[in-house]
Parts: sequence; structure tokens; C-alpha cells
Amino acid sequence: MALMIYCRYNRAEKDGERMKYRSVFDIIGPIMIGPSSSHTAGAARIGRMTRKLFGREPKWADIHLYGSFAKTYKGHGTDVAIVGGILDFDTFDERISESLEIAKQKKIRVRFIEEDAITDHPNTARIRMGDEDGEIELVGISIGGGKAEITELNGFDLKLTGHHPAILVMHNDRHGAIASVSNILANNEINIGHMEVSRKEQGKEALMVIETDQNIPDDILSQLERTENILQVVKISV
Amino acid sequence: MFRNVSELIELAESQNISISEVMIRQEMEVAEKTREEVMERMERNLDVMEKSVEDGLKGVRSRSGLTGGDAVLIQKYMKENRPLSGNLLLDAVSKAVATNEVNAAMGTICATPTAGSAGVVPGTLFAVKNRLNPTREQMVRYLFTAGAFGQVVANNASISGAAGGCQAEVGSAAGMAAAAIVEMAGGTPSQSAEAMAITLKNMLGLVCDPVAGLVEVPCVKRNAMGAANAMVAADLALAGVKSRIPCDEVIDAMYRIGQSMPTALKETAQGGLAATPTGRELEAKIYGIDLKKE
Repeated sequence: MALMIYCRYNRAEKDGERMKYRSVFDIIGPIMIGPSSSHTAGAARIGRMTRKLFGREPKWADIHLYGSFAKTYKGHGTDVAIVGGILDFDTFDERISESLEIAKQKKIRVRFIEEDAITDHPNTARIRMGDEDGEIELVGISIGGGKAEITELNGFDLKLTGHHPAILVMHNDRHGAIASVSNILANNEINIGHMEVSRKEQGKEALMVIETDQNIPDDILSQLERTENILQVVKISV
Repeated sequence: MFRNVSELIELAESQNISISEVMIRQEMEVAEKTREEVMERMERNLDVMEKSVEDGLKGVRSRSGLTGGDAVLIQKYMKENRPLSGNLLLDAVSKAVATNEVNAAMGTICATPTAGSAGVVPGTLFAVKNRLNPTREQMVRYLFTAGAFGQVVANNASISGAAGGCQAEVGSAAGMAAAAIVEMAGGTPSQSAEAMAITLKNMLGLVCDPVAGLVEVPCVKRNAMGAANAMVAADLALAGVKSRIPCDEVIDAMYRIGQSMPTALKETAQGGLAATPTGRELEAKIYGIDLKKE
């Protein structure tokens, strides 16, 4: 009996996995700037998520490229795509191909650093960027078909896809901090789809990543920022 | 939700509707959208495809200099000569090339099913359009038919060169196009499946071996031949020719061939054309010159 249950479970899982493409627009689409969904569209998405998390146009950006990104970025335009994303261009924005010139005109200093280190994923970029008021550092990976994820932010491990609206909440690692944030969201009828908490050290700064079903209005953000033990709130709208 | 080609054909025949209609209804259900929303979204893809064909026919060149300008050459030849393989076929080929040249030059394209194989479906569509004079809606439906067959391949085999070689990218795209041509030309759902099977059988084993790892050589010309393959296979199916091996079994064979294909031939630029003396020379030139400039 136990064996039968096991088999059935396994079968269901296999069917679920095999039907991974459910929408016709996974096949016909996405609309994108060429030449490669992983090296161009995915790279642009990493750049754009960095921009959204920083919240404004930076004055400078250091872009470290690893693995296949480091070896083929010039041919695939991975460099152009990431800078395009940092300029807030979407994957189908034709200005991507002129992004390096546009960045120069805007006096944004951009540097590319080819790294030899082996990373978990072949298409990895580490972006540090900032201005006189602050800076941000993150790691993004391009996982194929134009999909990208942020795996590290200011030293915190996380997983952010940019497919759902999300807020990132820097807070003091104290009891009640998470509850107060989720209470505010609940009171405003915002449903949490996915949530992660990460910290570098017990009792110091920590980061909450909360993916929600709908975009979060600014008044709720400022309400969150006024809450005890909350240091900073950043949102990603979709 | 249909899981394979035979279920897709059964859904169409039992309700006496087209493949595109099966796909449209399924998308409405899965995405919880209205017919208008689903049709409009696909029409936006069609608009992008049309523009990339137009842009490519004006002449473009990639950053590496490896590709560009061939679509213009083919069109010029068609105007000034009597092509041996026929104007309609070469028109499809040139428009597939045009799209992939735009892709290589960092222009805007619609991935069908991927960026590297984006030329075949629009190339054939905008050539056949001149012969069959479809309405805009019929052109949108062409993409739903192609998408239905592509979805079966994606769920039962692969549409990724890194996972299954070029047979999974241009092979899938060509099969999708062949099936869509048949529907637009008035063929039956099962004739669409025959066209897909005949096309894919002739793409089996095709490796993914891009020079310098770039989506250019041989990708652009693979799209050219993918379009030609689709056009001829569509004609065979419309003539009543049947594939001895059913479409689903061809797709399964493609999956198993992809599994046993060595990694060097799956989008790693380690084998095949990428590893030829000229392939390696081009690679050194592209990255070498760039490095010296810094």
C-alpha cells in the first residue's frame, strides 16, 4: 500500500513537471531585444531590478561579470543590456542598444569587470551602484528564456524574481518586527504570496522580502517606515 | 489541457473547430482572460514580427560583423532573376533571415519559441500571406496554431538549444510553422500534425554549435532552412502525404536524441562548427580585437 501511494505521488509530480509551459505566450513571446533570451533579455532584467531597488538613477555603476557572462558579454550585448536595465529600459526598449552612449551623456560612470571566480550559476552579474546619497550591491542570475533572479542584496541572501510586486524591508532583528509589518499589510487587505527573512547576525540588521499579489500604495510604505524597528522600505512594482 | 498532439487533434476534430481555436479557448481558460484580451496580446506579437521582417529587409548588421545583409541579397536576387526554388519559397527564407539578422543586430523580435529561432514562424507567415491573402485575424490565428504545437514540444521534449540542440529550437520552430501554414491554407487539423511530423523528422539530430557562442553563425542560416523545410513539408501534407511515424512519437524521438547528444554540441561553443579552424579564428578575432581596444 505504501508503495502504491509513493508511485502515485511520484507520477503526479512528474506530470506537473512535464506541463511546465501552460500559456501560449510562453511559446510565442516574449517581445525582446536580441540576440539571446538569457544573455540579453535576462541581463536587462537584472539591471532593471537593480535600478528599481535603488529607486533612482545612479551616478556610477561597477558591473562584475562571471562565467558565460564574462566570456561572451561583448558579443551578446550583455553589457549594453545591463546598462539599459539600469537606465530603467524594459527588455523590448530599442534604446537598449544605445544605452552605453546614453549613460555617457547622462554622466553615469560605468565600469565592467570580468571575473574568473566560479559561481553557482553560469550567467551571473554582481552590480554595485550609487550616488552621493547611498549605494546598493546585489547579485543577479539569468536562468534562461529571459527569466532573471536577484540572489543577494547588500550581503543578504534572498530570491527575488521581479514577476510579482514586492517590498523589501530592512529592519532591526527584534521580536515583533515581522508581525508589525504583516499586520499593516493585513489591515490594508494586501495578501502576501511569498515571504523570506534573512539576517547576517543575530540581533543586528535583517531583511524581509515580501512578494504580494497587488502593488503596494506609497501611503502604506510610509506607514511601514514609521513603524518601530523598521529602517528602510523599498518596493518593486510590476 | 491537451498534453500531446493526438489530444490536440482530438479536441479540434470532436468539436469541429480549428487548432487555433482550441489554443485560443485554452489560453482564455488558463489565463482567465477574455477572447479579446488574448487576441489583442497575440496581435501585439504579430506587430513586432512584422516590424522585424521590415527592418531586416532594409539591411542590418550585427555588432560582431558576423551576420547581416543576406536578406537584402536574397530579395535583390529574386527581383533580378528567376530563382530555381521559386519566389514564394525564397521569400519565406529571406524573411526568416531578415528576422534573425535583426535579432543578431540587437533589434526587437518576438521569441518564437526562442530568440535564436525567431525567424521561421514570421518568415513563413509573411511570405504565405502574399499568396493566401489572409485577414489580420487569420494571421493572429497562425500564431496560435504554431503556439499549440510548440507547447506540446516544450512540455514533452524541449525548446532549448542548451537542453536539446538546434533540433529543439529551429526544429520546433519549423514544425510549428509547417502546422500553421497548413491551417491557413485550408488543411485539416490532422494534416497540420502530419506537416509538423514531416518537418521535425528532417530536423532530428541537428546540433547547437554557435561560433563564439553568439546567436549568429550558423543560427541565421538554420532559420533560413527551417523556413524552407516548413514550406515544403506543408505542401507535402496538403498533398495528402502522411508521416509513417506519428507526430507524438517523432517529438519523443527528438527528446531522446537531445538527451543522448553530447554537451559539446548543446550551446556550449565547444564542438561542431564552433570548433572548426575558421570558427575558432572568428571567435579569437571577435573577442581579441575587442580586448585590445580597452
